[in-house]
Amino acid sequence: MTVPASERPLPGSERPLPGSERPLPGSERPLPGSERPVGRIRFMDRQRVNLDGFAVEDPGLGLVALRSPGDPEPGLVTRDGRVVEMDGVGEDDFDSIDAFIARHGLDLGVAGEAMSLPGAEFARRVVSPDVPRDEVIRLSAGATPAKLARVLALLRRAELGLAMSKLRGRRTPSNQAHVTNRLDDPLLLAADSATAAAFGFREIETTVPVLADAPSNAVACLIGAAVGAQGVLIQCSVEEALELELGMRGLTSYAETISLYGTEQVFTDGDDTPWSKAFLTSAYASRGMKMRVSSGAGAEVLMAGAEGKSMLYLEARCVALARAIGAQGVQNGGIDGASVAASVPGGLRELMAENLMAMMRGLESCSGNDALMSESDMRRTSRTLPIVLAGSDFVFSGFGSIQRYDNMFGPSNFNAEDIDDFLAMQRDWGIDGGLRTVPAGRLAELRREAAQACRAVYRHLGLADFTDEHVALAVDAAGSKDLGETDTLAVLSAAHAIREGGLTVLDIVAALDETGYEAVAEKIMDMTRARLSGDYLQTAAIFDESLRVLSVVTDPNDYAGPGTGYEPAPPRQAEINAIRQARGVEDLRAEQASAALPLLAPVSPAAPGQDPRDVVIGVSPAVGRDVWRSLSGLTVPDVLGELLAGLEEEGCAGRVVRFNDTVDLGRIGLAAARLAGSGIGIGLQGKGTALIHRRDLAPLANLELYSVAPAITPGLYRLLGANAARHAKGGTPDPARNPYTDEAIEARYHTTVIALMALERAWVRAGAPAEELSREGLQ
Amino acid sequence: MSGAAGVPGMAGEAGPPEGAGVHGLSGRPVSELTLEAVRRGELGLPDLRIHPDSLERQAAVAQAHGNPQLAGNLRRAAELTVLGDDEVLAIYEALRPGRSSPQRLTTLAASLAERGLPRCAALLNEAAEVYARRGLSG
Repeated sequence: MTVPASERPLPGSERPLPGSERPLPGSERPLPGSERPVGRIRFMDRQRVNLDGFAVEDPGLGLVALRSPGDPEPGLVTRDGRVVEMDGVGEDDFDSIDAFIARHGLDLGVAGEAMSLPGAEFARRVVSPDVPRDEVIRLSAGATPAKLARVLALLRRAELGLAMSKLRGRRTPSNQAHVTNRLDDPLLLAADSATAAAFGFREIETTVPVLADAPSNAVACLIGAAVGAQGVLIQCSVEEALELELGMRGLTSYAETISLYGTEQVFTDGDDTPWSKAFLTSAYASRGMKMRVSSGAGAEVLMAGAEGKSMLYLEARCVALARAIGAQGVQNGGIDGASVAASVPGGLRELMAENLMAMMRGLESCSGNDALMSESDMRRTSRTLPIVLAGSDFVFSGFGSIQRYDNMFGPSNFNAEDIDDFLAMQRDWGIDGGLRTVPAGRLAELRREAAQACRAVYRHLGLADFTDEHVALAVDAAGSKDLGETDTLAVLSAAHAIREGGLTVLDIVAALDETGYEAVAEKIMDMTRARLSGDYLQTAAIFDESLRVLSVVTDPNDYAGPGTGYEPAPPRQAEINAIRQARGVEDLRAEQASAALPLLAPVSPAAPGQDPRDVVIGVSPAVGRDVWRSLSGLTVPDVLGELLAGLEEEGCAGRVVRFNDTVDLGRIGLAAARLAGSGIGIGLQGKGTALIHRRDLAPLANLELYSVAPAITPGLYRLLGANAARHAKGGTPDPARNPYTDEAIEARYHTTVIALMALERAWVRAGAPAEELSREGLQ
Repeated sequence: MSGAAGVPGMAGEAGPPEGAGVHGLSGRPVSELTLEAVRRGELGLPDLRIHPDSLERQAAVAQAHGNPQLAGNLRRAAELTVLGDDEVLAIYEALRPGRSSPQRLTTLAASLAERGLPRCAALLNEAAEVYARRGLSG
């Protein structure tokens, strides 16, 4: 189920479940004879993870991750350089998948060595940093599908990550985006493609809710991506003939939805054979298009065609076939069946093993994470994080760069809702997941240029005419729901005109040039030229922004243990670190200065009071100087106003005294109490933390303390003032409770606290006298 | 990712500088594929299509990097550059399950071999044999 962002619970709020009126497992419908579960279980039942389906392992249905009783024993028999038996099947009984793998997929020169190597030793070589990547790939080429499945099932969980770091083809990790919307709106597609390209995605995959719109989507994404960054590959995922046609016209530059399946029945149901797919693979290459195949656990199970085999074994067949037909790469890791894999024990381990399988066969890995596999934020993070940490050729085979509801592939495991989370994860671990921060102003410029360029091309070529208002809405839109009503027929007719008019990338380039977008035209021309050498047809190839090809040929992974392999270079690391939410002391100083008021001027040196109703409010050194707003958002003068009012309500008089020799709240409070005629003081730090002190207590003791500064309300400050007065009079205070919060209060405020305390510390002068501040203007 | 940050030392195997010796399918050198040429209306799709020599060169690179299957695919692709789009799609269609008798596939293979596409022909012949055995013929 997809939850629109606007309806999703805010952090820390009550978390109502979508569809929570629906009974959850075990909660509302007790089994006959059983009692209603206790509140603890009912509470647990209400958590989001319980919206997910969990299947009992069932090898008969293929609902088993790593090993099924139905999986064959690994084995290979050759005669005169021909495979006559593979994984327990004689050549006369080979199905079409076996037959293709047996003829083309194995290196018989190493088969004897690979097949006789004990599984644990094979697995050790897969993992060990001392065994080079090339050696693992050489060995794997001689291993049958059942052998590799058996070996991968031996890897411990962390070893999967270690092996992935070593075995992925390209040294530099990368990422792919989905860019789609419910309306196929070209201006929004262009703006969102520019956005995805600017965020750092090196491949953009689009698709359509309405098939006939496809040519328009391809053109819009082509233009938008070129505006956002140079060298981004574009895919329009539709049925094969149309997809190939768009590629032939130069409008798209890669394809990846060439599906392979692990059983002959399901393969045939998909209306293909290994030979038709092999031919199609060559057809794409013949038109200069990069191409990878798509497979992954669960597809056969969903078609009731798993034939009692484990997910990993069936995928081992797919990957062996991918290599055999000469594809350069594989998109796997569940893909559409990711939730099926995730429903069985060990399912996530299986998904990661699939990616590793492709790497062991020397293929590009486009590592899944492209289908929302759980309603639980924790489970979907748990699914993705190990791959991001290990690094893959593409850590997502489609990060939903648009909102969940606009993703016409279905929501991805991470979406626009999660981009800031992902950027923070990159920064937390110092890893390169392919993305970067785009400054807000820059993003607005790029979106505007993309939408305007797209509009200009559509108008120039007579495809469609969009209004200024439509452009403005597309630039600002966070999703297609922000566009209001649009003319979807105009899109269809534009797409029809592109297809029937035989428009090619040259027409798009000419139109851009003639409508004033020469630089964008030049970029597309440069990319078109760069593709012609075919360097990007090599394994795991992407273009960088200088149009250099990074692939196993030009940028081979050289991980060989600690201190080796890819590590972000300093400029890239700086980019990863510089998320837009990061704040330094100077940012905070400016924020505080904006709240400054002409109040709290020093009026005299602080003197001891004589009146028994005199209560001193001691404040920290930067109050009235650099610190004007407390963590609750109240200004410091407002906080002081409430404290003074509380004192007055109980018949006491307050004075405000700034202590200049310490930032410690206990010492400030105690010093205030010692100045006060009543012997009672209130300590207040500029950030809002406050306490009541008495002249005879130890510095670290106090009578009342408000420690959770961000959550203190005006009423609570007033109560603190009143209670201080009651202490002064010897009366009974009305106990105040620290406000309760379930928010990640420290995560939110600790960086601000550090900066605020730095501002305070900067005003500390050892031995500097305290000074009384003006109360004028404090309400 | 950001530009080339973190990709040192890749110049060695990056191949010739852009365009050196590379032609479009039409034979036009890539250095002539400029915006200026677009303005003059000189370019057509054949100028932008990959040349079989480029595919052959990539096949040799793939072979040298230990992937003979990718090399084989690129060599079949080089052969297919001479066929029109419709014909390519028609052969694909013929290879889908239940579309063609074994004889039709072998006939098609023979004509491809005759026209200088021996690798594609071999693929079709193999399909004919396996399809007959596995009931995938039409």
